[in-house]
Amino acid sequence: MAVEATTEKPKNKAWGGGVSPYNVSWGKMYMWFFLVSDAFTFSSLIIAYGVMRHRFADIWPLANDVFTHFPFIEGHIPLAYVGLMTFILIMSSVTMVLAVDAGHKRNNKAVANWMLLTIIGGFMFLGSQAWEWYHFIHGTEQGAYIMNDGTVARPSINATTHEVDLNTLLLPGGKTVSGAEAAEIIATSEHFHGANMVKNEYGHPLFGDFFFFITGFHGFHVFSGVVINIIIFINVLNGVYIKRGHYEQVEKTGLYWHFVDLVWVFVFTFFYLV
Amino acid sequence: MEVRDNTHSGHAVAHDVHDHGHDDHHHDHHQTFITKYIFSTDHKMISKQFLVTAIIMAFLAMGMSMIFRLQLAWPDETFPFLESMIGKWGKDGKLDSGFYLALVTIHGTIMVFMVLTGGLSGTFSNLLIPLQVGARDMASGLLNMLSFWFFAASSLVMFGSLFIEAGPASGGWTVYPPLSALPQAIPGSGLGMTLWLVSMVLFIVSALLGGINYVATVINLRTKGMSMTRLPLTVWAFLITAILGILSFPVLVAAALLLVFDRSMGTSFYLSDIFIGGVPLDHTGGSPILYQHLFWFLGHPEVYIVLLPALGLASEVISTMARKPIFGYKAMIGSMLVIAFLSFIVWGHHMFVTGMNPFLGSVFVFTTLLVAIPSAVKVFNYIATLWKANIVLSPAMLFAIGLVSFFITGGLTGIILGDSALDINLHDTYFVVAHFHIVMGSSAIFGMFAGVYHWFPRMYGRMMNKSLGYLHFWITIICVYGVFFPMHFIGLAGVPRRYYANTAYEGFDQLININELISVFAIIAGVAQVIFAFNFFYSIYRGRKAPQNPWNSNTLEWTAPVEHVHGNWPGPIPEVHRWPYDYSKPNAKEDFIPQTVPYSQTPESNRPGDF
Repeated sequence: MAVEATTEKPKNKAWGGGVSPYNVSWGKMYMWFFLVSDAFTFSSLIIAYGVMRHRFADIWPLANDVFTHFPFIEGHIPLAYVGLMTFILIMSSVTMVLAVDAGHKRNNKAVANWMLLTIIGGFMFLGSQAWEWYHFIHGTEQGAYIMNDGTVARPSINATTHEVDLNTLLLPGGKTVSGAEAAEIIATSEHFHGANMVKNEYGHPLFGDFFFFITGFHGFHVFSGVVINIIIFINVLNGVYIKRGHYEQVEKTGLYWHFVDLVWVFVFTFFYLV
Repeated sequence: MEVRDNTHSGHAVAHDVHDHGHDDHHHDHHQTFITKYIFSTDHKMISKQFLVTAIIMAFLAMGMSMIFRLQLAWPDETFPFLESMIGKWGKDGKLDSGFYLALVTIHGTIMVFMVLTGGLSGTFSNLLIPLQVGARDMASGLLNMLSFWFFAASSLVMFGSLFIEAGPASGGWTVYPPLSALPQAIPGSGLGMTLWLVSMVLFIVSALLGGINYVATVINLRTKGMSMTRLPLTVWAFLITAILGILSFPVLVAAALLLVFDRSMGTSFYLSDIFIGGVPLDHTGGSPILYQHLFWFLGHPEVYIVLLPALGLASEVISTMARKPIFGYKAMIGSMLVIAFLSFIVWGHHMFVTGMNPFLGSVFVFTTLLVAIPSAVKVFNYIATLWKANIVLSPAMLFAIGLVSFFITGGLTGIILGDSALDINLHDTYFVVAHFHIVMGSSAIFGMFAGVYHWFPRMYGRMMNKSLGYLHFWITIICVYGVFFPMHFIGLAGVPRRYYANTAYEGFDQLININELISVFAIIAGVAQVIFAFNFFYSIYRGRKAPQNPWNSNTLEWTAPVEHVHGNWPGPIPEVHRWPYDYSKPNAKEDFIPQTVPYSQTPESNRPGDF
């Protein structure tokens, strides 16, 4: 038998059978494959967004002009709030790493604390997203004039006085109209504030459609992540993983949480920055 | 589930497993009827659940095809029994034209997803992966059970959609918008379409739960000695299929969700510039072509999700019944991997007539024609395996050879359709219908039949009746060619698919005889499946008791006891010492050497390169 064992040992030990080649449990592998699959869903959505944006490149609204609010602060502060949101989400990833690390050290109390901070970070992100949606849906004070063919004319803002100037309207693609022409547009068009699934004051309706869909789909992922984190947090408080002897459940949840953060980085890049 | 006795000496072949039988802690669980037959977490039971569900769905979808074949062959006749069968849709014995569309839609959806994806992968991946890699069960029994129940729910919703007032989804199995997106467009785009989408979401959940489980099991739970290059080709096929599913179904999720939003939330992802009854709709800016891209990014890999398991089953059956090692084992694996890779970059060939840039079209022509290379490798390997072999023509073997035949016939028309210049003429004609029914539909279903006949003894512990099997095979293969071969010519003549009647075009009148011939063959083929159903259900209860290894096969599943036990092997899991295709090895005592036999026991047949 000993002879047999030496002559028949497969050359590649890791893949020779009888062991897990990557030395991971099936559960963690399951999570990895799920994330690959989910990544394909998000990729196809973002590619679809890219294609449609490219098609309407001339009249696509710029995030700089759309997301300019900051809670409790008046004025034109483009992309600051979403930057803060992104920072919060990335920090929640950091606290998640620390939770996993504490799990490796078998420090139950530290795991609970870091999980709690991760959950708070998740809720802060979701709350911020709700705020962002609220502003997007309600729109600006001055609104915009949506013509019969769907073109959006936006009142300009005086650079020095910051007052709304109805004499000059901004058309998509950087054109402007003023005087009588502007007055006619105002008279014949629909005055519209904010955004919904069918139209928005910032320009092409697909901008709103994709914004709601992709950030909503991502928000749904964050929300389920927070729910899972809460379940894990309760388990940690109850000492479930002390009894089990390992904190792999925390690691698996961590994988999901980091994935959701990573997806946000892409959503943030393609919706806000580019 | 992680019970692996690594201390044993390693010859746990079938004949002696009973010796160390009763020290196992698995098979004497108390099981109620519900945990054993309904919410079972045992892969063997789940596999049977998938199979029986798929058989029921297949008969349903086949019945639908028989109804619309009646309409296509005899458009001017009335069939009074239709009214008693499908009520208002067959008023006065005449098939309703809207319901005709519903029938072709649901026929396609059920056959592609419920039968050839869920039924084929679900049945055989579940049955064979744990048994052939030497695992106690799937990586997760619970998620495996959920996979079946999501599948069952999906099948039920699809079936239920047949009974609603406005009729089921009728936009074709690809449900292209805007037809499928606007409830005003056709009656079937209302609640029927919603149920179709619900059913698909459930199906995708099931496919992902199952697929991830299959991959995790193959990677993590192979028994000692079962290296990747000692896996039977079935397991390789299931592995690659599962990976294809994991990568392509999520894109269908995206496509379907955007469609749901267009339908219910007023978004315009797929819709633009649409007038219904002269009234313009609010939707603006979207593109129906976007849906086609997303859909076919799934849709094309889906073809191989259907086909690869069938090819894997055929490889195993052909090698076993030809009593020869499979020709080009590694080439078989390689060609499956190449096919899987190519399947992701050919989706555009479904869209040559969408106004695609001709240069892009020619790229898709190129990648599409590349698929012919690995496919030909597989076909030649099958033929080389059969060449000068000591062939045992069991029903399973006949069906496997039938699969190879269809794969060649259908593959040749694929080369024609893959060429954009020719496809522009043939697009959406019966030529396409004939092509994919042969190359994907019939070959996959023949692979499934081969699998059922071959592994029935392993599933139910009894043998199926051979004579009925032969009768079933010969009628079916003659009828399949009888149906789909003439269909090519109708397609070349220009008859479009999905039309309720072609009576408005005088030029097509002379083709009606061919349609009659096709329908006669289709009806005979349908009736012949009753032979199979009878054989299947009769043999479950009354079939001859199966011996341990009825086909003198090498693979591990035949070392497990005929009576199923939870955990598959009562003793330790057998260890593997060689590849699965040592059939008719020169100088060996018998014409097969199971994977569990170490080389030390076969000095007479060992060759220098063996270990």
